[in-house]
Amino acid sequence: MSKYIFKRLLMMIPTLFGAAVFVFFLLRMIPGDVCELRLAGTGLYADPAEILLCQKNLGLDQPLFLQFIDFIVGYMKFDLGLSMWTGSPVTEEIGLRFELSLQVAIMATLVATVIAIPLGIISAVRQDSWIDYVVRVFSIAGIAMPSFWLGILIILGLLIGTQAMFGTPWMPPIDYVPIWEDPMRNLSQLIWPAVATGYRYSAVATRMTRSALLEVLREDYVRTARAKGLAEKIIVNRHALKNALLPVVTILSIEFAFLMGGLVVTEQVFNLNGLGKLFVESVGSQDFNMTQQLVMLVVLIFVVTNFVVDILYAWLDPRIRYS
Amino acid sequence: MTNAYSKLAVSLAVGAGLALGASGAAKAQTPKKGGILNFVVGSKIPSYDGHKETTFGMIHPIRPFYSLLIRINPDNPSSPTDFVCDVCEGDVPKPTEDGTKYTFKIRKDVKFHNGTPMTSADVKATYDKIIFPPKGIPSARKAFFKAVESVSAPDPTTVVFKLKFPTGSFIPALATPFNFIYSKADLDANGLTWHAKNINGSGAFKFVQEQKGSFVEGVRNPDYHFKGQPYLDGFKAISAPKLAVRVNAIRGDRAAIEFRGFPPKHRDDLVKALGDKITVQESDWNCVLLATPNQKRKPFDDARIRQALTLGIDRWGGSKYLSRIAIVKTVGGVVFPNHPLAATKDELMKLKGYSTDMEASRAEAMKLLKDAGAAGLKVDFSNRGVDQPYKVVGTWLVDQWKKIGVNTEQRVQPSPQFYATLRKKKDFDVSIDFNCQSVINPIADITKFLGSAGNNYGEYEDADLEAIYDKILRSGSETEQRSLIRAYETRALSEQAHLAVTLWWYKINPHRSYVKGWKIAPSHYLNQSLDNIWLDKG
Repeated sequence: MSKYIFKRLLMMIPTLFGAAVFVFFLLRMIPGDVCELRLAGTGLYADPAEILLCQKNLGLDQPLFLQFIDFIVGYMKFDLGLSMWTGSPVTEEIGLRFELSLQVAIMATLVATVIAIPLGIISAVRQDSWIDYVVRVFSIAGIAMPSFWLGILIILGLLIGTQAMFGTPWMPPIDYVPIWEDPMRNLSQLIWPAVATGYRYSAVATRMTRSALLEVLREDYVRTARAKGLAEKIIVNRHALKNALLPVVTILSIEFAFLMGGLVVTEQVFNLNGLGKLFVESVGSQDFNMTQQLVMLVVLIFVVTNFVVDILYAWLDPRIRYS
Repeated sequence: MTNAYSKLAVSLAVGAGLALGASGAAKAQTPKKGGILNFVVGSKIPSYDGHKETTFGMIHPIRPFYSLLIRINPDNPSSPTDFVCDVCEGDVPKPTEDGTKYTFKIRKDVKFHNGTPMTSADVKATYDKIIFPPKGIPSARKAFFKAVESVSAPDPTTVVFKLKFPTGSFIPALATPFNFIYSKADLDANGLTWHAKNINGSGAFKFVQEQKGSFVEGVRNPDYHFKGQPYLDGFKAISAPKLAVRVNAIRGDRAAIEFRGFPPKHRDDLVKALGDKITVQESDWNCVLLATPNQKRKPFDDARIRQALTLGIDRWGGSKYLSRIAIVKTVGGVVFPNHPLAATKDELMKLKGYSTDMEASRAEAMKLLKDAGAAGLKVDFSNRGVDQPYKVVGTWLVDQWKKIGVNTEQRVQPSPQFYATLRKKKDFDVSIDFNCQSVINPIADITKFLGSAGNNYGEYEDADLEAIYDKILRSGSETEQRSLIRAYETRALSEQAHLAVTLWWYKINPHRSYVKGWKIAPSHYLNQSLDNIWLDKG
């Protein structure tokens, strides 16, 4: 097992390096420049000498290969450099947003799990009944509906609904307060994006739970358990569910990794100052350094999540042996 | 019927806003002290240094921490010529020595937030940094002060600006809201880049914190030099890049105001939803979109082609219809429409492309195209991927040019790529460009039309136009300036049609009615000290 873990850890290096090469050179192929945008972006006269000076200060005048070496060496030394737009350390900029994105990802995962597992079980156990159809419609709607669109509906619904009920429109806060400073305000801001993304996320997991459980319920050992007279509840909960959860855990984990950096539009809809919004802003302002470090962070989250999932497999299914 | 009521509600709200603005101090209520003003900002802060930045994303949250030497009159911000002292004493001084010397007396009661008193040395150090920055120190508005020969501080309360020649553009340039007064001690001790990440101003509010990408907080400065002000206990500037979030934030009272401006539809939605809880202020806006032909590309080096393109634009019709969906409205020439130096309607109508007889204009345009051998001309038109008002105006231009037989292909790109096309690659036939300034300073603003200007992308040289501008710059009389500007305008927009002015922007600020004291200015950069705002929350 320890040999397998070591091997998997080593395999992360080429993955990260490949991503670094890809993101670095792809970004440089996009026309435009942070200095041009910053100095001439409002239509003012921009002195070409000042643009050159800005490019020099940011190292953009260096040959691409040297810029790449700087990037890789910095990454290996955990020195992520400075944001080309604000001049602040990238670690500081990311650190500020990471907390919020992590909280939304955890809350959305909780929402998804709370919805998906019970509904998936009910749907499988009551296959082809009216309740199964309701659950399937509910989950297909979740897959079909983009979470940002649901987010817009939630905000408009809150504004219109509260005005109709109380005479004054209410919407969630638009500025972030950490949960330990003001839990009520924090939750009243983040519960809505968690529900909007958690619902979509639960839809996939519900269908996965249903199909995996249906498959397991047709296995010989389940038939044997039934023949022995075990209660259906015990068969499902103790014997079938644990084995059916393998693909569900995979889906939930990958979605969790996606939520950490992929809530680009939903964060904009709810005005969340998370990693997704930072991503959009850094791409929009041609902040190469910030963008490539964010991409590397998301890649790292995916790689680590996959690694953890593989380890979890062994716990969930002892038949899996790593060699 | 509902629609009629909506229109009535919007009219009443706008009317209330305009009436509030017009009634002035006579009908003003007594300001109430206290409260926190929450407002939303649709852009981000690159740094805190006003001298090097150019965006309202910095001005809105940071300007309240700083003072200026002079500023536009916060009680009369719609006037393009009403300037008042901020840290100087008395009235804005008149020039002496044939208009080449301005002497300012500095107030003795101005203190920086760290407690040190402000003197003329601080003002001199600030303007030395803006006008004569050392190599490696960026200054975005250095070009505004080309006429300045020297800045001196003969005693602790006197600052003298010596000009190389008299110019009407100097006082408006001084009032530019980016010219924050810094402490000389800070500049000496910490260097000229210290203010990019640190704040020590003398404005109405003291800096509390910035949560990057989220908000900036300020608290009342009890030592502010305008005694009794500010009225607010503090403010919170909340970053909200999406327009829908900003509109909803006002609707849901998470923010009371947004200072840049909303499109007409959002104004109507807010008024419809909130009725008299919303007040709308509106104003002409010192920004304009231009269509710039690239004269390095054939056949746009031919003035007849450029004239045809401007003749094909129905500005008066566009004003009527586009103003219902976009933040553009006013027909104008090279100068901001409400300024004394701007062209009147009769003067405008003498220019190509400003006639109300569009049938005749379009016939002339088609004849010019035919004479130039360019009937059925194809145009590669570069536009910026921003809805308001770029894409709206761009699409309108495509339609306008179609009516004179010009086949336009619009290439819409995100801002960085758009600027790369405009400034570096220059691979466009015609491009959208814009002129967006803060203080209305016609003599400085119209440099945009000079081929030699660094922010002109038409790729042309026009010695006659340069000569007229030189005369404008050195003219001391407003009558003479006005007449010269007409000649300049005729040359730039009509005879040579170097650039086509589309429609001037129109600023719409719906805000919560409890926000009092703030008056709309003709620029989203102006009147942002927040020192005269108060909250009437009952």
